[in-house]
Amino acid sequence: MTQLEAVKRDALKARPAYHKMSWAWLGVMPFFLFAFLFLIYPASTIVIRTFQDSHTQALTLKNIIGLNTPFIKTAYWVSIKISVVTALGGGIFGFFLAYSAVRGGLPSFMRGSLMTFSGVASNFAGVPLAFAFLALLSPAGVLTGWLKDIGLNPYDHGFTLYTFWGLSIVYMFFQFPLMVLIITPAIDGLRREWLEASENLGATSFQYWRYVALPILLPSLLGTMILLFGNAFGAYATAFALTGGQITLVTIVIGAQLRGDILNDPGLGYSMAFGMVIVMALAITGYTILQRRTERWLR
Amino acid sequence: MKKRGHIWAWVIFAIGIVYFFLPLLATFLFSLKARLGVLSFQAYENVLRDPAFVRSFSYSVLWATLTIIFGILLFVPTAYWVRLRVPQARTAVEFITLLPFVVPAIVYVFGLVRTYSHPPLLIVNSPFLLVAAYTVLSMPYMYRAIDTGLRAIDVRTLTEAAQSLGANWPTILFRIILPNIRVAILNGAFLSFAIVIGEYILAQYLAKPAFGPYMAVQGQNKAYEPAALAIISFGLTWASMGIIDAFGRGRGQGATIAGGH
Repeated sequence: MTQLEAVKRDALKARPAYHKMSWAWLGVMPFFLFAFLFLIYPASTIVIRTFQDSHTQALTLKNIIGLNTPFIKTAYWVSIKISVVTALGGGIFGFFLAYSAVRGGLPSFMRGSLMTFSGVASNFAGVPLAFAFLALLSPAGVLTGWLKDIGLNPYDHGFTLYTFWGLSIVYMFFQFPLMVLIITPAIDGLRREWLEASENLGATSFQYWRYVALPILLPSLLGTMILLFGNAFGAYATAFALTGGQITLVTIVIGAQLRGDILNDPGLGYSMAFGMVIVMALAITGYTILQRRTERWLR
Repeated sequence: MKKRGHIWAWVIFAIGIVYFFLPLLATFLFSLKARLGVLSFQAYENVLRDPAFVRSFSYSVLWATLTIIFGILLFVPTAYWVRLRVPQARTAVEFITLLPFVVPAIVYVFGLVRTYSHPPLLIVNSPFLLVAAYTVLSMPYMYRAIDTGLRAIDVRTLTEAAQSLGANWPTILFRIILPNIRVAILNGAFLSFAIVIGEYILAQYLAKPAFGPYMAVQGQNKAYEPAALAIISFGLTWASMGIIDAFGRGRGQGATIAGGH
C-alpha cells in the first residue's frame, strides 16, 4: 500500500477519539498474548527448528534435504493421493447431492434434513467414525457378512478396509457432507432467470451448463474441493484408529515420531510438520482466492 | 422437465441415504451382538458400567465446559472491542482465528509438546495447557460465531446507550452485549462441545485421561463395545448439532462446519 493510500484510509476512519487509539489496543492484548503463547509460538518453533541442526542449533537445510527418503516421500504421496481422491469423489458426489436437494424438485423437508445430517456427519469423525466402518466392513463386519451370504466376500477380491481404498471410503463419510454444506449457498445463487433466459434463447441443457452454470459455479466447486483436500490431508485420528497406525500417511508418521523418534533424527519430525503446514497454507490460500471470485455472484 | 428432474434427484438422494445410514445401521446391529445368538443391549450395559468410561467421559465433559467458558471470556471482549474501538486489528485477529485450519491438530500438538516439555517451559502436564489447546482448536468456530452474532446487533448504539445510563465496562459486556448474542454463543459452544468431547489427538499426546483416548483403547481390546461407543458418540454429535439447529435456524449455517478428524 502506498503512503498516500494509507493516509487516505486513515483519514476516512479518523474519529474524535483517534488520539486514544494506542490505549484502545490494550483491549485486544489478552487475545494476542493468548494466540502468541499457545498458537504462534509453538507453530514458529516448528518452522525455526526445521532450519536448525538438532545438535548444534546451527542454521541448516539438512532437515529439508533429509525429507528426500523413500519412506517420507511415500508418506506424502499416499496422503496427497488419498486427499485428492476423496476431495474429488466427495466433491462431485456432494455437489450432485446438494444440487438434487436444491433444484431437483424434491420435497422441501428433504433439503432441511440433508443440511442437518450434513452438519452432523461432517463433525462425526475420528475414533468413533473408524468404529462405525469397522462394524460395517471389517472381515467380521455386518455388510461383509451380508455380502458373504450372497457369495461376494470383498476380502476374496483383494479389498481390505485397512489400506488406501478402504480408508478413502471412510473419509468420504465426512468429505461429501462438508461439500453439501459449503456448496449449497453457491447453488442457491444460480438464479432461475439464467436458466429461463438461456432456454428462451434456444440453448440446450448442455449449453446452459457449459456456458452459464458451470463457469459461475467453477470457482466455488474448485475452492470447496481444495478445502476438502486440506480436510483429508490433516486427518489423523480416523486413520490411526482404523488401521492401528499401519498406513503410511504424513500425519501417522509425525504421530509416531512424536511417540518415539522412529525416523532416527529429531530434526526430520520438524521438517515433515513444516511440509504439512506449507501444503495446508497453499490449500487455504487457494480456497480464499477462489472464494473471493465466488462472492461476486452470491448477492 | 420437472418430471425428469425428479428421477435423477431421487436416485442420487437414495444413494446418499444408503451411504449415510448403512454404516450407522451396521454399527447399531453390531453393537447388539455382544451376547451370543441373541440381540441385546449388553454392550451398552458394559460400557455404561465401566468406571473408566464414567471417569473419562466426565473428564471430557468438564474440560469441554471449561474450554467453552474460557473461550467466551476471551473471545467476546476481543470481538466486541475490535468492532467498537480497534477495527484496524480486524485483519490480524481474523488471520489468527483461521490459523488452526492451516496447522493440522497433529502438527499443532507436535509443536506444543516440543515447545513446552523442556524447562523452563515445562507446562506440558498442566491441565491448563489442554484447555488452552482446545480453545485454539475451537477458535475458528467460536470466534466466528461470536463475531457473526455481534454483526447482527448495533454494538455502538447499545454501548453508548448503556454508557449514558452510567454502566461500567463489565456491566456493558455481561449484561448488555452477552445476552444480545446468546444464540451465537450457544452455536459456538455446542460446536466446540462436539469437537472437544471425543477429541483424540491433543488428549492422547498431552497424555490426558479423556474420552477420545479411552475409546481408542476400547477399540484395541474389545469387540462390541466400540460399536456401542460409536453410537453414543454419534448421538452426542447429533444432539449438539440439533440444539444449534433449533436455536439458529437460518442464521450463518457456515458456523456448523467443523472437524476433528
